[in-house]
Amino acid sequence: MLIRNLFNIALASMALILSGCNGGVLDPKGQIGIDEKNLIIIATVLMLLVVIPVIVMTLYFAWKYRDTQNHEIYAPKWAHSNKIEAVVWAVPIVIVIILGVITWQSTQELDPYKPIEGKGDHLTVEVVSLNWKWLFIYPEQGIATVNELVFPANVPVEYKITSESTMNSFFIPQLGSQIYSMAGMETKLHLIANEPGTFKGFSANYSGAGFTGMKFNAIATPTKADFNQWVEQVKTNANSLTHANYVELAKASENNPVTYYGKVDDGLFHTIVMKYMQAHGDMNKKHHAMGKHQQMSNEHQTMGSHSMPSSHSQGEE
Amino acid sequence: MSTLSATQGHVNLEPHSVSHTHEHHDTSGDTIFGFWLYLMTDCLLFASFFATYAVLYMNTAGGVSGKDIFELDFVALETAALLISSITFGFAMIAAQGQKKSLTLGWLAVTFCLGAVFIGMEIYEFHHLIVHGNGPQQSAFLTSFFSLVGLHGLHVTAGLIWMSIMMIEVIKRGLGKQTVTRLSCLSLFWHFLDIVWICVFTVVYLMGAM
Amino acid sequence: MSFLGKLSIDAIPFHEPIIMVTMAVIAVVGLIIAGLITKYKKWGVLWRDWITSVDHKRLGVMYILLALIMLFRGFSDAIMMRAQLALATSGAPGYLPPEHYDQIFTAHGVIMIIFMAMPFMIGLMNIVVPLQIGARDVAFPFLNNLSFWFTASGAILINLSLIFGEFAKTGWVAYPPLSELTFSPGVGVDYYIWALQISGLGTLLTAVNFLVTVFKMRAPGMTLMKMPIFTWACTWANILIAASFPILTAVLAMLTLDRYLDFHFFTNEAGGNAMMYINLFWAWGHPEVYILVLPAFGIFSEIVSTFTGKRLFGYKSMVYASGAISILGFIVWLHHFFTMGSSANVNAFFGVMTMVIAVPTGVKLFSWLFTIYRGRLRITVPVLWTLGFMVTFSIGGMTGVLLAIPGADYVLHNSLFLIAHFHNTIIGGAVFGYLAGFVFWFPKAMGFKLDERWGKASFWCWLIGFFVAFMPLYVLGFLGMTRRLNHSNNPDWNIWLYIAAVGAVIIMFGIICQVIQLYVSFKNRDALDDTTGDPWNGHTLEWSTSSPPQYYNFAEIPHVDDIDTWTDMKEKGLAYQGKSSYSPIHMPKNTASGVLIAASLTAFCFAMIWHIWWLAGLGFIGAIALFINRAYTIDVDYYVQNDEILQIEGVHIASNTKEVSA
Repeated sequence: MLIRNLFNIALASMALILSGCNGGVLDPKGQIGIDEKNLIIIATVLMLLVVIPVIVMTLYFAWKYRDTQNHEIYAPKWAHSNKIEAVVWAVPIVIVIILGVITWQSTQELDPYKPIEGKGDHLTVEVVSLNWKWLFIYPEQGIATVNELVFPANVPVEYKITSESTMNSFFIPQLGSQIYSMAGMETKLHLIANEPGTFKGFSANYSGAGFTGMKFNAIATPTKADFNQWVEQVKTNANSLTHANYVELAKASENNPVTYYGKVDDGLFHTIVMKYMQAHGDMNKKHHAMGKHQQMSNEHQTMGSHSMPSSHSQGEE
Repeated sequence: MSTLSATQGHVNLEPHSVSHTHEHHDTSGDTIFGFWLYLMTDCLLFASFFATYAVLYMNTAGGVSGKDIFELDFVALETAALLISSITFGFAMIAAQGQKKSLTLGWLAVTFCLGAVFIGMEIYEFHHLIVHGNGPQQSAFLTSFFSLVGLHGLHVTAGLIWMSIMMIEVIKRGLGKQTVTRLSCLSLFWHFLDIVWICVFTVVYLMGAM
Repeated sequence: MSFLGKLSIDAIPFHEPIIMVTMAVIAVVGLIIAGLITKYKKWGVLWRDWITSVDHKRLGVMYILLALIMLFRGFSDAIMMRAQLALATSGAPGYLPPEHYDQIFTAHGVIMIIFMAMPFMIGLMNIVVPLQIGARDVAFPFLNNLSFWFTASGAILINLSLIFGEFAKTGWVAYPPLSELTFSPGVGVDYYIWALQISGLGTLLTAVNFLVTVFKMRAPGMTLMKMPIFTWACTWANILIAASFPILTAVLAMLTLDRYLDFHFFTNEAGGNAMMYINLFWAWGHPEVYILVLPAFGIFSEIVSTFTGKRLFGYKSMVYASGAISILGFIVWLHHFFTMGSSANVNAFFGVMTMVIAVPTGVKLFSWLFTIYRGRLRITVPVLWTLGFMVTFSIGGMTGVLLAIPGADYVLHNSLFLIAHFHNTIIGGAVFGYLAGFVFWFPKAMGFKLDERWGKASFWCWLIGFFVAFMPLYVLGFLGMTRRLNHSNNPDWNIWLYIAAVGAVIIMFGIICQVIQLYVSFKNRDALDDTTGDPWNGHTLEWSTSSPPQYYNFAEIPHVDDIDTWTDMKEKGLAYQGKSSYSPIHMPKNTASGVLIAASLTAFCFAMIWHIWWLAGLGFIGAIALFINRAYTIDVDYYVQNDEILQIEGVHIASNTKEVSA
């Protein structure tokens, strides 16, 4: 039984390595994901430099110094050696310094807020997590979808993310990073697909009873033309998403089917963010004076992204 | 001391009953150190509420801010009551160390009154805010304000209850070693609350009103 | 509002067969135990010698008993989850609807951390620390009893949620806004809040108690740098408790105010900030994992040193490493939410700080290795656990450092990789440590050794089961499976989910072996009897006492000249030296105050959960009145007289001289 299990594991691991880990984070299809996979591999190899010797030494020492053996050397009072202590402090320190440098650099490079450069203009998609479904608004195209995300391959996509209710995490493993969606807060994520395909997307942060069903397909079309064609197709849809029927959509529901909206009210995303954000900070007064307009959104974006680090530093107690 | 040992009625036979009193096993140092440690944890409790206040104080949800509701004169008076009560507790401790029972009780009574004035004024302030529609349910700012100040108020209230019990203890048992140790703990507690209040006054009221 | 608040007959889940059967089994087992106690007329003993006991050793035993009971509960949850996920593949719904499944994973987390690991750790600390520093008890014995009952109260509350109402469906972290009234209107989150709050209070009091004990009550000659390493580890853990549990108290109080009085700390509405909860929660939660693991490190140090018959290598490095871990543990909490959108600099800072913790941890591993070096390692059950730990924990540490790199965390966060990682460190680190300590100190606490064969069987089941259960989760994490899913629909995942379920079953065999081990050892307790009090040729003072120790621990407080005091005394021929007369020993009397205060507060919490305001008031005032009553009870202590000490010490010394001559 046990042996068969072990055998299965070995077999499955082999299969896994050979198949290249279909559909997971080790099978990335976008630049961010590829960088992150490489980072994982480099870091793991570096750490194995310490971990493997430790494991081997543990087993070897336990074997070599077992008491059933006759040992010539037995040093019950030996408990200190400057040389050894210097080494045991130095080795992990060196590894951690190397890893620290890698961490610092990779964190700057892979910052989810950093736009992807050198790939031309980006497409913007506004993402709202609802209980329990995903709403994707295409502000430039004036359309919206539920539980299906379509974008062209090789075009950077900027995601502006918020939540209507509980906290979720917007995640497409094969494309790379995830980021939380939070009510009254706007987070950002930049991803790109290097090749066309259909990738699994879901919420990576538990949000209640219908959480498991919060899935969507992220479809990268081969060309921009294909994407535009899809947009036109959606536009023919008679459904329109207004501030009024958004309230209906926001009500809790599970395992939602894919839905298309041929038209979406201007500034809907902004309204959703501001619904709770306007209670934050001194800005609300200024905001009331100016009214809820789209042109404010730039200012709020900076606020959305900046308010988080500042709250962290204040939370240090 | 000897009256105490007489009332104890231990089951075991004691060869040297004089030393066998309650105070024989002297752990007052441990008690005060333990209480001091507890105060440090309490300090962190306050720190958490301070941090939360710092994060939330701007979130007025379109309602009042500190500038609109804080009346510094009133709070200054409140503060004075508490600060003076710390001094009077100091006098009570000096009297207790000198084994002056009625003087100790007198100073404790004065301290108690000043503490009660402080709490009375705080309740008045809270009541005033709530009836004017500025209760803690109105905004995150008010939530964190009421909680931080209220947490301190709860501590002072607990201190007052403790103080009244200690006064009964002093009346009934006099200033034995255990009683003085307990008074020392209460005095630590009282001074600690004073320090916390200075922080509350500065961070919440002074900075809020500016 | 009715007399019983929100509580009514509808709160009992009659429609849930799993729960009803569980309750029936618990009721039957409870009745059998009660029957046995009645038959053997042990109620009086139970009350006088255990429930009201202020003896740190008995409280330690009760803590561990509580931990083992909760281990069964928490493990049942675990195996139900693994079964659900193994059955609910390819779109099948499985046998647990989200309604039930979500409660199970929440309860599993809370129970395993707060009501299994913590009591286990505190239990071992209770039994061992006062003995190791040559003290007769802790600084505040009554408080110690009270702390235990607070912990037990929390455990009782969480188990009451099985039959009355529901438990939280939020995950063990209970992040708002999900845990706010809007999204969790039931009593589940309230059970969570009050169970954690009351047991947290108990833990905090324990930490204060033990810090005073260690700083004020060490035997003469025992400077801080001569303290046994386990005591040091516990001291660091206690410092962490004292510094982090108030934050938990605060954050739970805030959530309580949100839920009960419509405050706006963490709500979406009116400017609340849920991120503040997450920050505060982890400002407690991260130190908490070091609270769990540092004492386990201490246990491994004691075991390696004892069973190699050597001094611990790099004692000072060990102490400083623990200190470094404790301090660093406070500045890494943000790595639990790199994906919240903090700036790259903030994320990178917390990532690097987290990695720095790997340095002192690595030093510890090397120190254990060099303790084995040129020693004579007796491969006993505690040593097996230690070796198993060193291998397992290295892997867990590695995956931990990987998760500390924000770039890697962006794709691994909240995935089953994360689940595998923290089980790897908590099971492979803390639980292995406690189980090692359990076998190591069992003879000290109970007077007889545990059966080796069943112990070894249990170890191998645990070790293999662990790898079979959790290595697949690493793979599933890479395959993009996120945590807390109720069912799955991805054919690539199935095989790994099946393997993981098998692993859980193997661990179950490990637990069964432990039960058998206890039973067999109890049956053969005469053969396994530890007459010497020093069954392993120990190094520290706890082994100088008889097994179980004299209730006053030490007839005469020993003088300490060395880290390995007991070895030192044995070598100098100072061991087992009786005296012709002893001065009377001051001892605290047992008291019912602790259990009564805790019972009142439990009633208060239960009433708060169900909005039974009159009972809440009664329970709260009752607890305070009982506490004041205790404060003014004069008859709290007594003296042990010379005759009794002479007799007890005589037996201990005689049994040892007999051993020597035989």
